[in-house]
Amino acid sequence: MKSLGSIRRSFAPWADPASKPFISVKNVTKKFGDFIAVDDLSLDIYPREFFALLGASGCGKSTLLRMLAGFEQPTSGEIILDGQSLAGIPPYRRPVNMMFQSYALFPHMTVENNIAFGLKQDGMPKADIAARVAQMLKLVKLEKFSQRKPHQLSGGQRQRVALARSLAKRPKVLLLDEPLGALDKKLREETQFELMDLQQELGLTFVVVTHDQEEAMTMADRIAVMSHGKVIQVATPAEIYEAPNSRFVADFIGDVNIFEGAVAGAEGGYVRLEGINGFPIRMASPETPATGVKSAVAVRPEKIRVGRQPPAHAPVNAIQGEIWDIGYLGDMTVFHVRLKDGRVIKASSLNAVRAVEDPLGYDQEVWISFGEDAGVVLKD
Amino acid sequence: MARVASALFSRLVIIIPYAWLLFFFLIPFFIVFRISLSQTAVAMPPYTPVFDLLGGVSGIIEKAREFSFDNYVWLTEDVLYFNAYVSSVMIAAVSTFLTLLIAYPVAYGMAKAPKTIRPTLLMLVILPFWTSFLIRVYAWIAILKPEGLLNQFLLSIGVIGQPLIILNTNWAIYIGIVYSYLPFMVLPIYSSLEKMDHTLTEAALDLGCTPFSAFWRVTFPLSLAGVVAGCLLVFIPAVGEFVIPDLLGGSETLMIGKTLWNEFNANRDWPVSSAVATILLLILVLPIVYFQNAQAKADGEGR
Repeated sequence: MKSLGSIRRSFAPWADPASKPFISVKNVTKKFGDFIAVDDLSLDIYPREFFALLGASGCGKSTLLRMLAGFEQPTSGEIILDGQSLAGIPPYRRPVNMMFQSYALFPHMTVENNIAFGLKQDGMPKADIAARVAQMLKLVKLEKFSQRKPHQLSGGQRQRVALARSLAKRPKVLLLDEPLGALDKKLREETQFELMDLQQELGLTFVVVTHDQEEAMTMADRIAVMSHGKVIQVATPAEIYEAPNSRFVADFIGDVNIFEGAVAGAEGGYVRLEGINGFPIRMASPETPATGVKSAVAVRPEKIRVGRQPPAHAPVNAIQGEIWDIGYLGDMTVFHVRLKDGRVIKASSLNAVRAVEDPLGYDQEVWISFGEDAGVVLKD
Repeated sequence: MARVASALFSRLVIIIPYAWLLFFFLIPFFIVFRISLSQTAVAMPPYTPVFDLLGGVSGIIEKAREFSFDNYVWLTEDVLYFNAYVSSVMIAAVSTFLTLLIAYPVAYGMAKAPKTIRPTLLMLVILPFWTSFLIRVYAWIAILKPEGLLNQFLLSIGVIGQPLIILNTNWAIYIGIVYSYLPFMVLPIYSSLEKMDHTLTEAALDLGCTPFSAFWRVTFPLSLAGVVAGCLLVFIPAVGEFVIPDLLGGSETLMIGKTLWNEFNANRDWPVSSAVATILLLILVLPIVYFQNAQAKADGEGR
C-alpha cells in the first residue's frame, strides 16, 4: 500500500476516533484592539505529540502559544488541557512550561539556579532539587557549566539551559517559541534531532512555534499551517508537503510549480485539465471537480523531469522549454526552464552519480514532464 | 601623517578627563588638605604657614616643618564633630531609604507605562530642576510651618486638633532631602528597569512565581545596580547637605555641612574646617568605591 512521504507512522492518535485530545483549542479568538490575532481557531493536540504551529510572522502562532502558557487570555472561546478548562488560570498555576525565543535566562543566576528556579518556587526539598538539577544538567550535557552565569555561555549552551529549565518541573506540556531560531544552521539541525529524541525519551507533549518549515517538517508529528489567525491545514509533514489542501499551503511549504487551468473532464480517479499554456494535464485526484471549474495543479520541482526527448505520454503532462538557469547545489541540481509564454518552471534532480555524460547546459531546448500522480489538484 | 594625528587625538581624548580631574578635583583637594595641616591666624589668608617663594628651597622646608595634624587631633577631642558626622550619616541614611521607598514605585510605574507617554513622565520627574533649588526649599517652609498649608489642610479636614510641629525637626530635613533628591533616585532605577527584558518576568511566572514573588526574585535583583547608583547619588550629597538642615532643620540638628559652614564663616577657622572637609571626603570615599565595584560587576553581567 502506498503512503505519502517516505516514512510509515506508528504514532497517529489523530486518526483514531477513540483517542482523546490532550489539548483542545475550541473556537478561540484573540483580538488586540481592532486587530484579530487569532480568528475562531480550533485544533486538537494529542498526548505525547510533537505539534508544530507554522506560519509567517504575524500569523497568530505566537499569540496562540502565549494563550496556552497563560500570558494572554482568549477574547472568546476556550482552551482545555487534560480535561480541564484553562480559562482564568494564571500562568503560574498551569502545568505547562515554556521555552522562550530569547531564552529569558535570569542573568543574575548561575545555570544551576536558573534550572532550580521553578523547583525552589514550588518549595521542593533541597536534596530533591539538587538531584533534579543534576539530572537536567546531564540531560542537556551541561554538567561542567553548572556554576556559570548565562553571559558566560555560548548561544547553543544557553538554549540548552533554557530547555533544561523549562523541563525541570516536568510539565505536562512543553511550549517552545522558536526554540532554535537563534542558533546557526549546523547547530540548529543537530538540535532538531536532539529535541525529537528528548521528547520521545520523556514522553511529553511538545507544542513548538516556528516560521522555519524545514524545522517543523523535521521535528513535528503534525503541523498546523497558519495564516492571518486561522489554521489552513493540520496534517503530518508528508501530507502537508505532498497533499496540500490549498494553494497557500502548497506555496508556503517548499518550492512548487502551479499550473492553472479548467477542468475538462474526469474519469476513474483522474482529472483532466486544459487551457494551461497549451498543454493538457491528467492528474490523479481523490475528488472530481465539475467540468469547467477553474483549478490548479501543484507539482513539486523534484517531481518534474527534464530531458532532451519528449516522453511517451507527450503532449499530456509535458511541454517544451529552454533552460534558463542552472543552480548546482551539490546534492542536487535546480533547473529553471523557460516556457514559450515566458513562464519559468522549476525542476530539480538528484545528483545520484558523480559524473554525467553530456550534461544539460544553458539555453538548451528541453522537455519538462511529470507523471500522473506527481501533483495535486487544488481548487482555486 | 593621518595616523600620527589620530593617535594624538585619541591621546588627547584620554588626557582631557584626567586633566579635568587634576585641576578641579585633585589640586583643590590638596589645597584643602594643605590648609588642614596649618594653624589658624589673624592674617590674610587666615592661616600659617604661608609659603614665600623668595625664601628659596630652605625657606620652604623651614615653613613645612610647621605643618601638623593638630586639627585632626582637635576633631577627635571635641565630641561635637563626632556627633555631627554620625548624625549626618544617620540623617542621610534615613533620607536615602525614604527616597528609595518612594522612588522605586515611581520608577517602576514609569517603566511599565506605555512607551508613548514615558518621555512625558521623564520630563515631569526632571521638571522641578527648572526652579531654583533654594526657592523650592523655601517653599517647603511655607508648607510645613505650624500655620502652613499642610497644617491648615489637616486641621480643616479634622485629622488633627492642633498644628503638627514639623518645621525645624529632623522630619522636615527628611522631607526636604527626599523631595530634593527624588529625581536622582528615580532616574537610575528607571533606567535599569526600563532596559530589563520583560520576558524574564514572564519566565518567572511560567515557572510558578506569583507576580509578587517574580518581582522579588527577578525584577528587584536585576534593578539593584540602579538602586545602588540612586542610593549613592542621594546619600553622598545628603551627608554634606547644608541648605536643607539650615533652612528646615532645628537649632539642635547637628549636621556636618552646618558645622563646616560655622567653622569657616563664623569662626573663620579655615584649617579646622578643611580638616572637617577632608574627613568627610574619606567617609564618602568608601561608598563611592563600593559603587564602582557594583557597577563593574553589573557591566560584567553583559546585559
